[in-house]
Amino acid sequence: MFFSDRATQVWHLLLDSFWPLLKAGIVFTIPLTLITFILGLILGFFTAIARLSKFKALVAIARFYVWIFRGTPLLVQLFILYYGLPSIGILLNPFLAAVIGFSLNVGAYASEIIRAAIQSIDRGQWEAAYAIGMTKRQAMWRIIMPQAVRVAIPPLGNSFIALVKDTSLAATITVGDLFRKAQEIAAERYEPFWLYIEAAFIYLIFCSVLNVMQAQMEKRVDRHVAK
Amino acid sequence: MIAIHDLHKAFKGHEVLKGIDLTVKKGETVVIIGPSGSGKTTFLRCINLLEFPDSGSIQIGDRALTFQPGIRHRSKEVTAFRQRTGMVFQGYNLFPHRTALENVMEGQIVVLKRPKEEAREIAMDLLRKVGLEAHADKYPHQLSGGQEQRVGIARAMAMNPDVILFDEPTSALDPELVGEVLKVMKDLANEGMTMIVVTHEMRFAREVADRVIFMDDGRIVEQGTPEDIFDCAQNQRTRQFLRRLTEA
Repeated sequence: MFFSDRATQVWHLLLDSFWPLLKAGIVFTIPLTLITFILGLILGFFTAIARLSKFKALVAIARFYVWIFRGTPLLVQLFILYYGLPSIGILLNPFLAAVIGFSLNVGAYASEIIRAAIQSIDRGQWEAAYAIGMTKRQAMWRIIMPQAVRVAIPPLGNSFIALVKDTSLAATITVGDLFRKAQEIAAERYEPFWLYIEAAFIYLIFCSVLNVMQAQMEKRVDRHVAK
Repeated sequence: MIAIHDLHKAFKGHEVLKGIDLTVKKGETVVIIGPSGSGKTTFLRCINLLEFPDSGSIQIGDRALTFQPGIRHRSKEVTAFRQRTGMVFQGYNLFPHRTALENVMEGQIVVLKRPKEEAREIAMDLLRKVGLEAHADKYPHQLSGGQEQRVGIARAMAMNPDVILFDEPTSALDPELVGEVLKVMKDLANEGMTMIVVTHEMRFAREVADRVIFMDDGRIVEQGTPEDIFDCAQNQRTRQFLRRLTEA
């Protein structure tokens, strides 16, 4: 025996729990992240467009939404959705409550990123598009957005990675995600230290993979731009 | 062909255009000169509605628009109007995410709805015309300023405009690159393109213009053939302006 008994015990604990944790990550954490990020992006895009529109009512609605969701804690938002709404008769299952909460939150932050990206594109690009007879919509989709996307990808990538980690909050509203699973096994085996270290390690793997993907995406969209 | 009547434009109470009248015949090359702040660029930008005049009227071909304070034209009218004019910008304003060829194809496909193959052929012809067929697949940042501006001219021509507006097209260029752009413009003028050019290139004005217009303080002060303006200007301010140029 090369290892002491304790080391062997911990090693087996980690091995035994690795697959259940990874599985919870693959079944809950990753889908929750992907779904809410896509919904949040769509929401963020339309909110950004509303913020930039000339209709005052739209601008006001968009600002109000961003104000609320950036100004209150995500954890509190989740609690209102899952534990609060039933008292007024709206019962959501935990996963759905998490999807709604995270999407609204991501949408608020993404809208500010997208708005800033659109505004960062030189006015001359709009003018050149108008000068060849494009409508505002054509200019937006064909000329401005492709350039704004390049500007928005690094900060949106940060939001995405933050979201991966934030989804661990879903455990507090009983979603059986990676972190919830770690809590369960930790309670069962009386090994919180090693279980939470292991959970952290798996989050780290997820985020590292995303970092690499983000870097590649940035390289791809940057290929036409002088450095 | 182009008839502009009593055009006024103010920015925040400061009147930049104080009533401009101008008619341009088909095939004519009109060069506008004048000190900075005289309203040349604003005037040019009013012609394709990048700025909206406060009052007056503009007619290009069979399309006419009349302006009154507080009245916005429908965006359909505006885009239809803009399609009759091409614009070449001081800062080129090429689309950086598109190749030279795609820059020239973009408007044809999106606005004129030409089939892609046809648009590509036309764009290729135009790039050949401005001497850039070898650079068709390069992105703007891979081109020199002079090359970029020639793509800008091809992009404007691809829309078959009734008139091309040039807003100080060589002002941002290194001196040794000015010539290649002016040559392309000269060829265009000789082919009968209708052009309104705001520029500080007096040699170009003298050689290529059918008519030179001197603007100062929001008004057209004097106009005539290049000889009229450069050799025997009647107006004191015109003479002063030209003298300062030659001294420098």
